[in-house]
Amino acid sequence: MRFTRASFLVPVMALVTSGAAVAQSPTYKVGRPPTESELRAWDNVVGTDGKELPPGSGTAKDGAKVFAAKCSFCHGANATEGPAPRLVGGVDSISTRAPVLTLGSYWPFATTVWDYINRSMPQDAEGSLTPDQVYAVTAFLLFKNGIIKESDVLDAKTLLKVQMPNRSGFFPPKPEATAKNGNWKPNWNQAKPAGR
Amino acid sequence: MNSRNPNRRGFLKRSAALAGLAVGAIPFTNAETLRADTGEARPPKDLSYGERSRFETSVRTITLGGPRDIIPGLPPGEMGQRLTPLQDSVGIITPSSLHFMTGRGSRLPDIDPREHRLMLHGMVDRPLVFSMDELKRLPSVSRIHFIECAGNSGMSHYKAMVKGLEVANSTALTKSTYVIQQVHGRVSTSEWAGVLLSVLLKEAGVQKNASWLVAEGGDANRHSKSIPLEKGMDDVLVAYSQNGEAVRPEQGYPLRLVVPGWEGVSNVKYLRSIKVVDKPYYLKVETANYTNLTPDGKASWYEFQVGPKSLITYPSDAHQLPGRGMYEIAGLAWSGRGAISKVEVSTNGGRTWKDAQLQQPVFRKAFTRFRLAWNWDGEETLIQSRCTNEYGDIQPTMRELGKLWGDRTQPPVAGSDVENFWKTAPIYEFFSNPIQPWRVARDGSVQDALYKS
Repeated sequence: MRFTRASFLVPVMALVTSGAAVAQSPTYKVGRPPTESELRAWDNVVGTDGKELPPGSGTAKDGAKVFAAKCSFCHGANATEGPAPRLVGGVDSISTRAPVLTLGSYWPFATTVWDYINRSMPQDAEGSLTPDQVYAVTAFLLFKNGIIKESDVLDAKTLLKVQMPNRSGFFPPKPEATAKNGNWKPNWNQAKPAGR
Repeated sequence: MNSRNPNRRGFLKRSAALAGLAVGAIPFTNAETLRADTGEARPPKDLSYGERSRFETSVRTITLGGPRDIIPGLPPGEMGQRLTPLQDSVGIITPSSLHFMTGRGSRLPDIDPREHRLMLHGMVDRPLVFSMDELKRLPSVSRIHFIECAGNSGMSHYKAMVKGLEVANSTALTKSTYVIQQVHGRVSTSEWAGVLLSVLLKEAGVQKNASWLVAEGGDANRHSKSIPLEKGMDDVLVAYSQNGEAVRPEQGYPLRLVVPGWEGVSNVKYLRSIKVVDKPYYLKVETANYTNLTPDGKASWYEFQVGPKSLITYPSDAHQLPGRGMYEIAGLAWSGRGAISKVEVSTNGGRTWKDAQLQQPVFRKAFTRFRLAWNWDGEETLIQSRCTNEYGDIQPTMRELGKLWGDRTQPPVAGSDVENFWKTAPIYEFFSNPIQPWRVARDGSVQDALYKS
């Protein structure tokens, strides 16, 4: 009797399970799951939550040495001389008619600085800096811009606490909302005829 | 090629086309033309992969005034931008070899497709890795789409062109430096084929609260971009083919995103990772640049869609008209929001406009070729085009563009102030789509009449 009840339930459960599976299962079953090492190696684009930040730390003092060795050739000894883009200065110039756009004056998030140095710098040897070196160079550039102190230690936690001067300089303030309305920006460069 | 040479290919073709009208200025049915093969001794060619005639010299040019021009010790190499010679274009497809490119990082990637993988991960039920062979097993589509750099036609490119010409030792200094190529040449159209991204996302199972994607390339600087999931589920293509063959190395071989109608920077090349997330990642190309600083100090960001835009490609400032008479004005129109529905051409400085003929079929988010016969009376005049898309969006003049742009700020900034800001401030302005007037002088020379003023 117990056996009969159980065999009655089995097809019902199977039906429920397969119903859910139709909505969520792959259609073509092509491709394979990534390995742990593939995920570790490739899941390293850093967002503002910093979830992808690796362990490590550095100060502006450490960063000065790395910058002199790896970055100053293009950016200049003080990160102001170029010829590659100027990285220091211009804070409070953004609302003037002669804005100086640097990572100190313009960039809204310190995680962006870390991520760009980590994956895209230095040119000709991209991705060659260690996490400690990236934390250190980030600290050096933030210190030179007057955003943190020379002795501040940057790591995966403190980096997220850094307040960039131009954090509120962008509109719309919450761009993530644009993903919900389908009304893709910009709409401003499209003249409309009168009455339409 | 020196495009000012009146004997250029395009002119000969046009003369031939006009033969029936008996207005061609050059006799073309003489014995020389009928026996045009040079007859010169030459070694046999390997014809297994064809190349163009040695008489064809249309080439991409390099952006002038960039860091690679001026950093000593860095070779010009494969970096920077290569600009499409729109002045030589016919039809709507850009040859892959002339498609504009932006090279990021220090070198062009050299990727073995057998080793290349695309990983889908983040907020998905089943993270997946695809090989190129696996991607090619999936249902494929082929679409004709333009790709345009968000900075195309910006005032900064005109400034860079002028500055580049001033730098005597510029590696890129050439005789053929024209506004139509240096300022407007960051746009091209190809037939792209591959898998719809939505197919891959469904295969991985996107989780409920996901709303954005972060795409990453395998180029030296790991170019990355946040893209709304809604667009990813719409018409984004994971493309392995361009114009009937594998995507070119300059265009992302072996795999790239094509994000139809959106700023070029979203079209991540050498695509190797797509992470499904719940917010944009505020990466460098969406904060530090590709943002539009307005004179009040606020900048707009996460703007995506290319506005309605058109351009007369012939005649343009790369051309020289040999004399009065019949010319076919030809050009290109495109819009990130849909199909081009109308292109109007004025040959009298904007006083009157005529509807140009649109080449059929018209593809959405692709080049549309327009043409209009024009009898030039030999007097100085301005010629220009403006387009309208299927939603009634109209391409603005530079002055209107300034007003539309300034109106967004609080308080609004006058259009003329915006124009001055563009001309003087060390900024880039993006999504610039002004009507481009060309000045045809009495001597037949054609000059830019927008940026120079």
